[in-house]
Amino acid sequence: MKDTSKPADPSRRDFMSKAGATAGMAAVAPGVLLTSPAVARPADEKVTSDKRWGILIDTAKCASGCTACVSACETENGWGGESNTEKQSSDEQRAQWIRKVQLKEKATGHVTTLPLMCQHCETPPCADVCPTGASFRRADGIVLVDKHICIGCRYCMMACPYKARSFIHEDLKDQKPWAPRGKGTVESCTLCVHRVDEGGTPACVEACSSEGHYAMVFGDLYDDNSEISRQLEQHGGKQIRADLGLNTGVRYRGI
Amino acid sequence: MSQPSLLNRVLGILSVLLLLMPAASTADEEGHPLPFSDLVLTEPARHFSATQECVEPEDEMRRNHMNYILHQRDETVHDGIRTRQYALEECINCHASKGEDGEYIRVEDPRHFCASCHSYASVSIDCFQCHADVPVRPSSLQQSRSGHPHHLARENFAGDLAGKTALGLLATEGKPQ
Repeated sequence: MKDTSKPADPSRRDFMSKAGATAGMAAVAPGVLLTSPAVARPADEKVTSDKRWGILIDTAKCASGCTACVSACETENGWGGESNTEKQSSDEQRAQWIRKVQLKEKATGHVTTLPLMCQHCETPPCADVCPTGASFRRADGIVLVDKHICIGCRYCMMACPYKARSFIHEDLKDQKPWAPRGKGTVESCTLCVHRVDEGGTPACVEACSSEGHYAMVFGDLYDDNSEISRQLEQHGGKQIRADLGLNTGVRYRGI
Repeated sequence: MSQPSLLNRVLGILSVLLLLMPAASTADEEGHPLPFSDLVLTEPARHFSATQECVEPEDEMRRNHMNYILHQRDETVHDGIRTRQYALEECINCHASKGEDGEYIRVEDPRHFCASCHSYASVSIDCFQCHADVPVRPSSLQQSRSGHPHHLARENFAGDLAGKTALGLLATEGKPQ
């Protein structure tokens, strides 16, 4: 079984075998859509583990010097850039939800650039070490910080192998209503959960496409017909620090 | 059936008037002011009436608004439930009012709707260290999801606070199908 496919649980397998006959009948009926169009989950329904959101990043298409994904994230979520209200913090301590990383292979001199953000692990080390349960993995695979119960201890920042998290050191004003952030809490990429819940795409992915690079694909890893699953099946996708066995939701090609 | 006598009519009208009078007095028997009797609460920007009331009756909201917000908060963060009815953002969209200068009153100002009572009652709640204290995006974007009448309003919003990207997305997605 692929590591991006849905973990089999006995009750579900049981259900699937029973439901098989009905599904087969629906498939042979003429004019019936076999794949339902992408519909946003109703606002009053809980997220389920029927989906697992992920991003596939093709480093060959990621342009050196382009930071469209980073600025889109800044604008969308109100950190850094023009809206940076963290005037007192030193550069290395400021919020960084997503960063561009440059890799140079010493032997050949070949340079690769890629965006690095929260990898949305299936077994997130940040959630493992969190003493209050503020760091958690949502049913659909998005790793979040519940800032209401975060006490700002920053264990998660030390546990994260990707340096994906940052801490807010000072009072902020004019945060976005869809991305609340405040002093004394840890934050990281939310996979634009407010957009995803409305059936949308993360701001970075959207920006990459509108720049014409199309280096990022967002989608449901459990859906075999989604664009991301098709590309993963065809070309594969590597995890950064795969040796840690975290089964990340963000995958890379060409590294 | 005979017409009600004039006396009966007058008594009826009087009893209705008595009911309409403010029931609570402002002081107890010994003349000490009752709690909250001298509180001047900021009027909500949008006025509620019999046909257009808050998401729950006023007395319920005055006592228990925090429970609704707290419940909604956990459901939204952990389960991704994004109904608008008890969302803090919708409280702000309705209740935030503007000062004489035409700008929305910020929460540091005791005239801010939440602050007007919280500062009086010495409630130091830190919602607005993270959350927006003034309307940022119009609630009409979400009207199809809310279904509550006054979440359909198209009020002005603090446009410079709203990222163009997010608004663009919401403007296309929030339209009723």
